[in-house]
Amino acid sequence: MLLIKCPWCGDRDEHEFSHGGEAHIVRPKDPEKLTDDQWADYLFMRKNPKGAHLERWVHAHGCRRWFNVERDTVTHAITAVYKMNETPPRRSRT
Amino acid sequence: MSLVRNAFNYHQNWQQAWRSPEPKREYDVIIVGAGGHGLATAYYLAKEHGVTNVAVLEKGWLGGGNTGRNTTIIRSNYLRDESAAIYDHALKLYEGLSQELNYNIMFSQRGVLNLAHNLHDLRELSRRVNAIRLNGIDSEILTTEQVKAMVPIMNTSPHSRYPVLGASLQRRGGTARHDAVAWGFARGADARGVDIIQNCEVTGIKRNGAGVEGVQTSRGFIEAKKIGVVAAGHSSVLADMVGLRLPIESHPLQALVSEPIKPVLDVVVMSTAVHVYVSQSDKGELVIGAGIDSYNSYAQRGSFQVVQHQISALLELFPIFSRLRMLRQWGGIVDVCPDASPIISKAPIKGLYFNCGWGTGGFKATPGSGWVFAYTIAQDRPHRLNEPYNLERFSTAYLIDEHGAAAVAH
Repeated sequence: MLLIKCPWCGDRDEHEFSHGGEAHIVRPKDPEKLTDDQWADYLFMRKNPKGAHLERWVHAHGCRRWFNVERDTVTHAITAVYKMNETPPRRSRT
Repeated sequence: MSLVRNAFNYHQNWQQAWRSPEPKREYDVIIVGAGGHGLATAYYLAKEHGVTNVAVLEKGWLGGGNTGRNTTIIRSNYLRDESAAIYDHALKLYEGLSQELNYNIMFSQRGVLNLAHNLHDLRELSRRVNAIRLNGIDSEILTTEQVKAMVPIMNTSPHSRYPVLGASLQRRGGTARHDAVAWGFARGADARGVDIIQNCEVTGIKRNGAGVEGVQTSRGFIEAKKIGVVAAGHSSVLADMVGLRLPIESHPLQALVSEPIKPVLDVVVMSTAVHVYVSQSDKGELVIGAGIDSYNSYAQRGSFQVVQHQISALLELFPIFSRLRMLRQWGGIVDVCPDASPIISKAPIKGLYFNCGWGTGGFKATPGSGWVFAYTIAQDRPHRLNEPYNLERFSTAYLIDEHGAAAVAH
């Protein structure tokens, strides 16, 4: 079980949280202007990296707030926790 | 006799079931991944299409990924027409596979039960059974009493936490020895001239204009004009090598086996609502499947709380198992698609093909998946059975939604 540091509540067990998938996927401003491929890319295509992954979590059974996490998908080590409106740690921006 | 003779030699002189050749400089087709699906693809390429200059590249050992990590359940009780067609094609191939490969895959059509725990489950099951029967696949509804008669050790009391209101049964479903499926296909493919190269990791795919030229591997560059990727949980990593994005996320899926006990369960029992599935192997071990972890992962291990959740549901259904000890527990990395259906498709790059997205239920499809993928690679166009499973369906919105309809919700 992961130990996740909620930015508001501190260290808590993973089962208090829900995983929200890949972070920083922004809903396109003008969906009607997109091609079907672009819309599919937004809806379905995912990075699914082996290594550092930027993802969203929600403290569902706690403060119920969302935040971002940088976690390694091989070791499961959490290397950064940052709030929704913050930019990801520099090293993961590729 | 040979068993005794080899025992004296510490089992070191058994004949090899397949060769371990050095990779050639060039092949007509390269299959990435020597799991069941990849080996089946190579086998049917050689057998059905006469394409024998084929290499199957495997970064680890043959059948060591999800092929060796699943719960060996085989069934074709899917709701959608497209799913029914491909999964029943696989089931029919399974029915003749031991004969075909001359290799005992221990296919046992012991039946697969899917339990209903509330009225909605029961209605949903009835609807599904009707749809399945319309597709010509055997399926029937059992009452609580019939379930109890079939599985006397199940707690069917109306006062239990998960009362059993009925079940659907596919009698043709069952289990097979998963390793034997991989080994049988490997031996059959090898005998037809396919090179199976283990400990050979693909590190890059070389493009040539609109097409592909070959793969960079840990054992050097190998040329091929056609490359079929059958890499399950690592499909996104392979796709990333050519800048392709897939609608796939990798998750750990766990299973566990108990100590062997005398025969108590002669049917596969699955429950969608409480999410547990269990069968008893010929050795007597209970084979128990768990759920996936919610987060993305490439580590072949899952979380303890997932197992805990499974076991609590299992014990509610089968109180008799409460003092069993678990022997082994493991995880595999499954490639989950948004519509819970696979992708068996040509890629936008000429000569590149993907067979992935089987998620939590790929084993049951192994021969069918290999059969249609071999056709797709050999003919450079999909077979009627896998045409709906193209990569473009995410743009055309022609999804094959099996999330709720597959007998187990993931």
